[in-house]
This record gives sequence, structure tokens and C-alpha cells, in this order.
Amino acid sequence: MKYMLLIYEDDADRVANMDERMPNCAAYAQAMMKAGIYVGGERLRAIGSTTTVRVTDGKTRVVDGPYAESKEQLAGFHVIDVPDLDTALAWAARCPSASRGVVEVRPVWPTQLPG
Amino acid sequence: MEPEREAAVRDAAEAVARRSYGKLVALLAARTRDVAGAEDALADAFAAAIADWPASGIPKNPEAWLMTVARRKQIDYARRRRSRLDADGHLRLMAEEIEAAAAAESAVPDERLSLMFACAHPAIDPGIRAPLILQTILGFDAATIGSAFLVSPATMAQRLVRAKSKIREAGIPFHVPERSELPGRLEAVLEAIYAAFAEGWSDPAGTEVRRRNLAEEGIWLGRLVASLLPDEPEALGLLALMLYAQARRDARRDAQGEYVPLTDQDPSLWDVSLIEEAEAVLARASALPGSGRYQLEAAVQSAHVVRRLTGHSDWAAIERIYDALLAMTSSPVVAINRAIAIAETRGAATGLEALDALADPPRLANYQPYWAARAGLLERTGAVEDADTAYERAIGLESDPAVRRFLQRRRSQLRCTRNSPSR
Repeated sequence: MKYMLLIYEDDADRVANMDERMPNCAAYAQAMMKAGIYVGGERLRAIGSTTTVRVTDGKTRVVDGPYAESKEQLAGFHVIDVPDLDTALAWAARCPSASRGVVEVRPVWPTQLPG
Repeated sequence: MEPEREAAVRDAAEAVARRSYGKLVALLAARTRDVAGAEDALADAFAAAIADWPASGIPKNPEAWLMTVARRKQIDYARRRRSRLDADGHLRLMAEEIEAAAAAESAVPDERLSLMFACAHPAIDPGIRAPLILQTILGFDAATIGSAFLVSPATMAQRLVRAKSKIREAGIPFHVPERSELPGRLEAVLEAIYAAFAEGWSDPAGTEVRRRNLAEEGIWLGRLVASLLPDEPEALGLLALMLYAQARRDARRDAQGEYVPLTDQDPSLWDVSLIEEAEAVLARASALPGSGRYQLEAAVQSAHVVRRLTGHSDWAAIERIYDALLAMTSSPVVAINRAIAIAETRGAATGLEALDALADPPRLANYQPYWAARAGLLERTGAVEDADTAYERAIGLESDPAVRRFLQRRRSQLRCTRNSPSR
């Protein structure tokens, strides 16, 4: 099963300490690759770089900033392919960000493309 | 069909249902993790049994028969529901399993423990774990579970459906956790079983049959877990604890339906065979390394029921066990019981000091057992005015009318014994 690990962290703190923390995050991603479970993932730019789009009655509204304001923001994600939730939770617990913020584990709902 | 034959078949099907329901659900759901689908397939298989068995006779291995039919039903559903692409491999696997089961004609393997660990997984809301186990292992319907847990049938049904789709969609595994994880995960399973038992036990008048049965079902589940994990002291400890409690169930009320506290219960009303079984189970638990909350609580019960032989509870042992429990749990409930034990071993005033020393009074301000214990100890030290106030608090916080009447009687007796403290 594929799971997405969504990483939420205090955004200002994360961005300020990125250089120092990056080696651990890279090692974590590397470990998932070595285990043969890694599908993909990225870190995200600072929350201030977000632009939110909504289409209402055919009109596109573009707003500066994130949809939801909160201290802990989506910081990045990984997608892994593992047999079950327990395995996914064990990998989520190894994520360095799990001890600073939280990691949400959500099963991927596969899309069935036509054709 | 002759009515007698039909009745015999129905009885046989019901007997298998009772014995095998959880086993079959566990096996049917193990691969797909689709508990609701497994239950549907099994319901169809039971319907088929009631239709077929009168003519064909009850099969030699009814479990295997039901399993095979239910598997075929599952394949039918899957064919109808799934796209050809992703279903093929799945269907082939299931078909192979059917062949293997039919060829082997062996006993149906018991995966109920795995199912229980899925139901009590940390990813499942703690409040729904016990109902989920009752439904998937014992086949209780939502209405019965709802009435036992005092939730409307519709709400209970909705919560059960949500929990089952969580198991399927989140990919919660059906397996007994690794040794290193087992203690924490087993605790959740035992907690759910104890919650089911406690719901049943908390109906002391026995007026609500559904709730009373729940205590027996809790013990049944406790026996099942203890037999599947015979070397886990806490599984044995929980079983012993429930057996001790069940042994005293009828002694909790007198002939008029009035509340009788443990220390005033007539030991001749206790169920000796349940007590003996509890003692044997507890002895087995004690022989294993490690001890936990349930084993210690069972040991407290053991020290109480010794009264049937010696005429008095072993309060010194009870105090020691509560010391250990307090160190383990730091629970205020344990601290209150420890203070009551101290009052027995070292006098009411010392017990009262232990109660006063409780670290977290705000949490206890609305906790009935605290005020009831306090009232009793104050009464024994002769502090009639304070005891009166404490009884008033306890009465105001009590929800069981029989216990409320008991406290009211104690409170009014305060006035009669005003100048002659009992101890």
C-alpha cells in the first residue's frame, strides 16, 4: 500500500535551521530508498511563498498566503510503498521532523485513469 | 421441510455461529482487511447453511463448509465491484485458498487474536475498540452493543462502520505484534475486553439482560486471549480479575436490592467455582516473569476473598499491593483504595492522612469514591461534622440510586452515633 507522510512543523523555525537539519533529513530519505520503499517526496519552500487559488462562479481568485493560518505548516512530504499501516507508522516515527512537529500518515487513494 | 429438522439445523447453525463467528470473520478479513465485507459474506454463508443443511445433512466440518461458501461469496462481491484489472490476482489467490482449504479439510486456523489486535490498534479510536471486538469476534449487532454502551443503535452502527472502513482504508494489519511491541498493544486489547466486561458488571441489579450478558462475554473473550497467549501474565491477570468480580456479582445487592459494599458482603453468596478458577489463573500468572496492573488488581481481589476462609480480608497484603499499583500507575483511584487499606492496617486517622496527601485534589473534587472514602474515614475518627459534609458531597455525585440510598443511610446514622465514634 502507498502512504503519504505529511510533515508539519513550525515553519519559521524549520526554515531558519534548514542547513543544520538537512543532513538528517537526507539520511532519512536515503534509508527509505535503501529499503526499497521510497516512491518520492520533497521539502517545501517557506510558507510565505504560498499562493492560494480558488475558483468561484467561474472566477479565479488568487490570494497571497496559505489557505489555513497556523503555526505548524506543511513542510514537506514523502510517499512510501509498504505492506501495512504498522510499517508506515514505523517509518513515520523515524522522520526527524516527527520529534519537532508531527507526521500525518495517510493512505494514498489510487486514481484510476481512463484508458 | 419438517419443522423438527429445520429447528435442528437452525440450532446447529447457531451453535457454529456462536463458536466460530469470530474465527471465520478473522480469516475472511485477513487478506482484504475488509471486515464489513467479511461479515456480509459470512451472513450469506449462514443463510446458505440454513437452506442447504436440512437436505444435505450437517457437514462433518461445518466451519470449513461455511468458510468455503463465504469465500465464494467474497469472490462474487469482488467480481461485481472491482475492475477486471486489479481483481484478477486477488481472485486467483482467494480461489487457491478455497481449493487448499477444501483439500486439506483441516481445522480452520484461529486468527481471532490478529483480528482483536486490528480492532484495538492505536489508530482506532479507543472508545470504539470494545464495541468493535464484540461485533467482529462475537457477532453482536449494533443495536445490542449500542444498548449496552448506552448509545443509540444508529450512532453505534455509524461508528462501527467508520472504524471498519478505517481498518480497510488505512491498511491496519491483521497480525499479532512483534515481541517488542506486544506489551503496549496487548494492553489495548485487554483494556477493550475489560471495558466490555465493566459495562456488563456496572448493572448490578441485573435488570438489563443485554448488559449482564456483556460481563459474561467479556470473560469469554478473556478466556480466549488467555488461551491464545498462555504465557502473557497480564492476559491471565485480566481473566482472573474478571472471574473474581463475577464471583461476587450477586452479593453486591441484598434481597431488597440495596447496595452492599464489599466489606459487608456475605461470602457464602460468592461463587466458589469462579473464585477457585480465578485463584488458579492468578497462580499461573504469578509463576510467569513480570507483573502488571491486572495481575495486581486480581491479587487485591484474592486478598479480599480470602475472607471466606479466614473471616477477614488480608488488609496488610492489600496495602502492599496498592503500594505497588500506585508506583506503577499513580492513579488517584488506586491512591484512594490504598488509603482505605491503610485505615484498616494502621487506623482511620492514618488512612485519612494518606487521603489528605493526595497530590491532585482538584481532580478529585467531583470524584464520588474520594468523598465516600473520606466520609467513611472521618466517621471512624469521630469527626461527625466533616463526615456529614463529605457524605453530602458523595451523595450529590453518585449516579446509582442504590448506592445513593446506602450513603444516605450512613449519613443519617452519623447523627445517632454522634458521641460514640465506632473506632
